[in-house]
Amino acid sequence: MAEVVMRIWRGDSDGGQFEEYPTEVYEGEVVLDVVHHVQAGPAPDLACRWNCKAGKCGSCSAEINGLPRLMCMTRMDTLPEGEPVTIAPMRTFPIIRDLVTDVSFNYEMARRLPPFAPREPDADGIYRMQQIDVERGQEFRKCIECFMCQDVCHVIRDHEENKTNYAGPRMFIRYMELESHPLDTNDRRELLRQEMGIGFCNITKCCTEVCPEHIKITDNAIIPLKERVVDASYDPISWLGRKITRRTKKSAAEAANYRTDPMMSKSQ
Amino acid sequence: MSEYEKFDYDVLVIGAGGAGLRAAIEAKHRGLRVAIVCKSLLGKAHTVMAEGGAAAAMGNVWAEDNWKVHFRDTFRGGKMMGNWRMVQLHAQEAPDRIHELEAWGALFDRTKDGRIHQRDFGGHRYARLAHVGDRTGLELIRTLQQRAVALDIEVHMECKVLKLLHNASGELSGAIGYQRPTGKMLVFGAKSIVMATGGIGRSWKYSTNSWESTGDGHALALWAGADLIDMECVQFHPTGMVWPLSVRGLLVTEGVRGDGGVLRNSEGKRFMFDYIPPIFAAETADNEAEADRWYEDHINNRRPPELLPRDEVARSINSEVKAGRGSPHGGVFLDIGSRRSAEYIQRQLPSMYHQFKELAGVDITTEPMEVGPTCHYVMGGIKVDADSAATTASGLFAAGEVAAGLHGANRLGGNSLSDLLVFGRRAGMGASDFAEGRTSSTELLESEIEEAIAEAMAPFHREAGENPYDLQSDLQDTMQNLVGIIRTGSELTQALDEINVLKGRVKNLSVKGGLSYNPGWNLATDLPSMLSVCTMVTLGAIERKESRGGHTRDDYPGPDPELGKLNFVQRLTESGDYSVTPEPLPEMPDELKALLEEEGAH
Repeated sequence: MAEVVMRIWRGDSDGGQFEEYPTEVYEGEVVLDVVHHVQAGPAPDLACRWNCKAGKCGSCSAEINGLPRLMCMTRMDTLPEGEPVTIAPMRTFPIIRDLVTDVSFNYEMARRLPPFAPREPDADGIYRMQQIDVERGQEFRKCIECFMCQDVCHVIRDHEENKTNYAGPRMFIRYMELESHPLDTNDRRELLRQEMGIGFCNITKCCTEVCPEHIKITDNAIIPLKERVVDASYDPISWLGRKITRRTKKSAAEAANYRTDPMMSKSQ
Repeated sequence: MSEYEKFDYDVLVIGAGGAGLRAAIEAKHRGLRVAIVCKSLLGKAHTVMAEGGAAAAMGNVWAEDNWKVHFRDTFRGGKMMGNWRMVQLHAQEAPDRIHELEAWGALFDRTKDGRIHQRDFGGHRYARLAHVGDRTGLELIRTLQQRAVALDIEVHMECKVLKLLHNASGELSGAIGYQRPTGKMLVFGAKSIVMATGGIGRSWKYSTNSWESTGDGHALALWAGADLIDMECVQFHPTGMVWPLSVRGLLVTEGVRGDGGVLRNSEGKRFMFDYIPPIFAAETADNEAEADRWYEDHINNRRPPELLPRDEVARSINSEVKAGRGSPHGGVFLDIGSRRSAEYIQRQLPSMYHQFKELAGVDITTEPMEVGPTCHYVMGGIKVDADSAATTASGLFAAGEVAAGLHGANRLGGNSLSDLLVFGRRAGMGASDFAEGRTSSTELLESEIEEAIAEAMAPFHREAGENPYDLQSDLQDTMQNLVGIIRTGSELTQALDEINVLKGRVKNLSVKGGLSYNPGWNLATDLPSMLSVCTMVTLGAIERKESRGGHTRDDYPGPDPELGKLNFVQRLTESGDYSVTPEPLPEMPDELKALLEEEGAH
């Protein structure tokens, strides 16, 4: 057992400050354990999200000593000994209270995604897919929605105004997942270019660095998406190809207009 | 009069795990006004923690598999105490429910011919679990979540439900809860309600469950007059992490054993061969050579004893530790590193690899894991009609872990995820039928609303009361020490006394801070549910004077054939007392009885 000073941000949308809590730490504990000690002791009203405590649900994201981490997967013995541990809420999202932020931006972007639209199953009613073909999508479906990639993304971290037309890394891997899904028939490329801001990303790879699931967000999703979007918009041969061959995917306009959502109406 | 915001729906679903989402999707498909209320953010419910897979007799890996074998495995695994009709529906419908997830975007691991791959698990005769590595729960919840979003289903996230509410004629007509971010009260009028709130494990000290699993749905249903059954049947998963203490209780998937892992004691012995019970002797290998051959050839070899149902394995580990043959931190060794290649382990069990590496500093591809039993799942719960998921309270439906019957006295691994899908859908159908047929008003009784709000707010008005965290910690100690994996009459009586003392203390809780995202207050509002649930578990455990499945009595070590024919039904009497009444299990038709007796392959 040792003692550590936890410097935890306390406050709400009106402002706040770091407060220090000297706390006991036991062998093998993670940051979330120590936050729970603080809750059970001096600050029962200290707000933080958590659920699984095993790195599977993505609830307890915070900025620990300045870096976005899952509190449940950050062992105290990996942090500098003898120094206070600073815990702040994710900066990109509006504060609710203490370590809890309003992450509804991410749910809104999920709502604006034209949904999965599968082809017809095989004659016997089931879908056949090869392991190698599902593995591409499976990498992105490992995402636990901790939203730390969104938190570090400069496009929205420093520019609130971009949030209306930028899906962010979490949603880019979702778009790429569907783009590579063996069964999907929707084409979302124009939407990505015009409404979801794929062009804003300048490939600094900050999102990839913080991903607790080690998803290669930039290399395997964002860069291929950028290429596909460019192919779809500017490549005259694929443009001609789409005109003269039977399309297997819906047009971008169809995909974009599937909802009567007011936020979407400008694309109609 | 207190302030609140009012909503009106046809079907209100409480809980956004697999069962709640699947129920809401069904009601939405029917064109009804449906909303989900959930305690956490969407997509974070406990389903996300499920690792191994979803059991469905698709026969993709072993063509010999079919619903009849799944029926037999589930009923026998449940120690013959299940609701036969639920066991039948589950076995018959699970394959369709899995295939349907693919049409909604799920990407399961594949067989060589492109169908859904299936993995071996304890108690299942054939490899039967559809899976994605060892993160199947995540795949399932994400698929259902994305489907719910595509259908534009309304979700009230981070909202804790306090009470179910009635109309002036006393008909169940809604619920009240508060938004955790703001503390604002929300009142939902609804023609029918689906309870899908999951489990109760938070009341034990070492548990695989999160803070959410406080048994809210069990308690809400009890308070609303519904019957509950088998509450004494609590599953202790055999393999939870034991070290470091910080992660004690965290789940280690049965998939480790399904994929070749074995249990050893401090002497290096595969001790499970010493614990094969007569009921499974005919289908369990009695030597290491046969057990090892089984992975490649299920037809000519019998299953390794490490893959006995969970209750058997958990009790065996407990006995080894008690006999002084445990690991340094009070568990036993689970070894896959010496039996499978590092590459295979990392592909099949990536999240286990990650979990041990990061949290325990153990490389499972080369070192054994230390594991021991941890509170995992409650087989008991709200009594439901198998076909419609209707409870005994009119207008209330229930599915998933909060409902009872499918798993009898012990649940087989993999049957939970398929349970959510099969009975989530059926609850959605049942609740939709009820809502469509209902003509009476859903105008709610103002007095009930006022009462619920006053009760929830009371801890703010008490000076110098008790800290809710202290009370929770005492309750967890009581349940862990006295109502754990092995129980005895005198300790259960003592537990009941201690719970009664806690019930007095809960009336004197006080919380500081405001209404907005205040975990201390949130816990104060969870504790009444936890205490009601713990009372039921303990009362059921006192009444069931035998050992069966997830209920083991030191003072009644064997099963009693007569008690095995009974459910213990719990309900509140008019005076508010708990009553426990034995009722006979539903009688199984002869053609299904024949399936149980069939010995078939081993």
